Amino acid sequence: MGKVVIKHQATAGTAESSDIQIVIDGNDNGVDINLVSSVENQFGKQIRKVIRETLDHLGVENAKIVAVDKGALDCTIVARVTAAVMRSADQNKDYDWEALDTWNA
Amino acid sequence: MIRDAAIYGADAVMFDLEDSVSLKEKDTSRFLLFNAIKTLDFGDLETVVRINSLDMGGIDDINAMVRAGIKVIRLPKTETAQDVVEADEAITAAEKQCGRELGSTRMMAAIEGPTGVLNAPAIALASKRLIGIALGAEDYVTSMKTRRFPEKNGEELFFARSMILHAARSAGIAALDTVFSDINDMDTLRKEAELIKQLGFDGKSVINPRQIPVVNAVFTPTQKEIDNALAVKAAIAEAESKGSGVIALNGKMIDKPIVDRAERVLMLAKAAGLAVEE
Amino acid sequence: MKTNKVGRQIPDEIAEKYGVFEGQFARKLTYTKDAAKVTNVLPGESKLVDTIHDAILKTGLKDGMTISFHHHFREGDKVMNMVLAEIAAMGIKNLSLASSSIANVHEPLIDHINNGVITNVTSSGLRDKVGAAISHGIMKNPVVIRSHGGRGRAIEEGSIHIDVAFLGAPSSDEYGNANGSHGKATCGSMGYARVDAEFADKVVIITDNLVPYPNTPISIPQNHVDYVVVVDSIGDPDGIAKGATRFTTNPKELLIAQNGAQAIIESPYFKDGYSFQTGTGGSTLALAQYLADEMRKRQYKASFALGGITSPMCTMLEEGLIEKIIDTQSFDKGAAKSMKDNANHYEISASFYANPGNKGAAVNMLDVVVLSALEVDTDFNVNVMTGSDGLIRGASGGHCDAGAGAKLTLIMTPLIRGRIPTIVDHVNTVITPGESIDIVVTEIGIAINPKRQDLIDAFKNSTLPQYTIQELRDKAYAVVGEPEPIQYNDKVVAVIEYRDGSVIDVVYGVDQ
Repeated sequence: MGKVVIKHQATAGTAESSDIQIVIDGNDNGVDINLVSSVENQFGKQIRKVIRETLDHLGVENAKIVAVDKGALDCTIVARVTAAVMRSADQNKDYDWEALDTWNA
Repeated sequence: MIRDAAIYGADAVMFDLEDSVSLKEKDTSRFLLFNAIKTLDFGDLETVVRINSLDMGGIDDINAMVRAGIKVIRLPKTETAQDVVEADEAITAAEKQCGRELGSTRMMAAIEGPTGVLNAPAIALASKRLIGIALGAEDYVTSMKTRRFPEKNGEELFFARSMILHAARSAGIAALDTVFSDINDMDTLRKEAELIKQLGFDGKSVINPRQIPVVNAVFTPTQKEIDNALAVKAAIAEAESKGSGVIALNGKMIDKPIVDRAERVLMLAKAAGLAVEE
Repeated sequence: MKTNKVGRQIPDEIAEKYGVFEGQFARKLTYTKDAAKVTNVLPGESKLVDTIHDAILKTGLKDGMTISFHHHFREGDKVMNMVLAEIAAMGIKNLSLASSSIANVHEPLIDHINNGVITNVTSSGLRDKVGAAISHGIMKNPVVIRSHGGRGRAIEEGSIHIDVAFLGAPSSDEYGNANGSHGKATCGSMGYARVDAEFADKVVIITDNLVPYPNTPISIPQNHVDYVVVVDSIGDPDGIAKGATRFTTNPKELLIAQNGAQAIIESPYFKDGYSFQTGTGGSTLALAQYLADEMRKRQYKASFALGGITSPMCTMLEEGLIEKIIDTQSFDKGAAKSMKDNANHYEISASFYANPGNKGAAVNMLDVVVLSALEVDTDFNVNVMTGSDGLIRGASGGHCDAGAGAKLTLIMTPLIRGRIPTIVDHVNTVITPGESIDIVVTEIGIAINPKRQDLIDAFKNSTLPQYTIQELRDKAYAVVGEPEPIQYNDKVVAVIEYRDGSVIDVVYGVDQ
């Protein structure tokens, strides 16, 4: 996938149980992740890894992420990050499903 | 909830991208379902998705869902055969693009208004992908300037149900009944399920896992029905072994409709998980 | 370090003091019952004392002594906070607290620990805030967690010697005859308190409902009681006993209950005259209804139901589906009322219920018990004490007692809670050893303990989906991923005593 540039702040997901809310914004240098999770002790590392990998796959190099997790599964995390990135890049239809499909487990 | 879909004993599970999703969250829901269907194990459960109309994001829905491996796409608010044809074409395009076997994505068409009901026979024949047509009653009764009266045998739906049944049977596909939305009224749900079974429907959509055992119980043959079906089969086998052309059971002749019904009873019994010794 | 029968490493100092767990029936216990000090009361002397302050003075409570409370008032209890506040104000320090359990409402305990009023604790449970504080290391000495039966044993054999028991009572007369059936805030059974009353040197009854002598029924008899204090309120009635117990409509809980009921019904133990105990959670209440349906169909009657009692049990008693209820703890208003009104609903003490050291506990007579779990591991060991984050938050309760006593022990649990798997490689804390557990019931099916070949044979033709416990774990991990192990520090914050007094596990601290 080509590079995606964050145009403005965007949010996806909710703070309900089994969901994760992702707030994404532009960043000058690299990816910063600020995560608060109800399962930090058991899955904190894994959640950060999934967020980072998803951003990589989507071609996002610079972003600030604030994430509030309530025990979301990995597939939910990928979906929420993807949706937040698309929203922040003003892409709201005709997604490149083929590209999304290639890296998605 | 998505990840637990497989455990409640339903035959199929339908995810909704349409009316239960607000306009603002169409994108997030689509991504969520795309990832969920790709990752989670749904076992033997048939996965169905209700997509949006093609002009309301349905194309993205089709592209995402076909690629994710959904088994059935349910088209909402089907009015004409042309609606089905257009969705069929979009699905074909998506299948080609992701290398999925052509025709492997099946379709269901939901008929939810008077035009759709009147066009039901044409709709039922509009695509080879169609495995069934379903009644969506809430929109329908509103268009008909009435509401639902499940406690009065649902007579307001009698014509629509009959049309859909005839269209489905004529086309050789399944007929599925509408949901019953009061999740705490199991008695009326049971009555409605009994009614639509009597009419000839193949099944009924449910909106809460607690409704599943009630509907399944109605559609599960009784032991008497099973015993009778087994007796019919035994009589046939006996007649065949004797080379007899005429088959009779307890003094009554067994003809083809009786044999067909017996087989359907046994099929339903096995589907319900009952041990049937043939 | 010494390794015990469930593979847990027990630090030497603790292993020496208690001995390590060697199997559910490894210890044959013989003890001389601990004796309570008695000072007689002569005709004309009054037991009534004006204030808690005066009662504390009269008992002669001093630094270093052991005090106790019961937990029949659950989250509605005011007695423990009231008494501890007075003790703290009087400057008494270095006390051992031997409550039957500790609830969320007892959060002020954290201050009393920090201020040196309380320096040792033994309890069945420690709820959220107090439990977290203990896990974060506010105490120098580890808490000793004891099951209901284990506490009864420890008191009877003298491992716990209570100097002063402060026992809240919904009603009492001036001579200390007390019960939980009458009053503004009723709690039904007073089974835990009865042990304290019998073995404590000094017994103070605290009530908000003084009734004419003699108060009957007599749960706590006057001959054990030294003083009676009347206060405005012993607790919040709604916190003490919830109103009507609500049935779950959560489809997953119902499915677990259905599977659990089917497992019991298809087991060799489900027959006319069987006995059972269920918990109080949503699934277990639904399970009781499914059992009741089947019992009606087959015209079975249960000889007795045991344990923590809820109103659905009492409805079954009234309907005649259960002949007798024996009750150590009444969980809701319906259960409290039933004990008051129905002669077949009988109150027993915690020792009678579950003490493994006495001459035969009620749990020994159980056919079937249904228990819950925070975690179950692939050795069938069960944790009901520490959360998945490693913090103390639960209660040992009668879990290991009923598990050891019953012929058939089922654990009902969802495979996953949120993102937390319930079936795991190793539980954080072992409360009940796997040898006590026969069947684990989840929403997708059951796992039978391989040591129960007889049950595996009995379920050969069952329609219940059956898995090995490892398969259940794999299914849980497949959905949520494998959790990272909790990072504990090296300070032991709790010793988990098995019911026989041996150490089955220890809990280490978690840094804040």
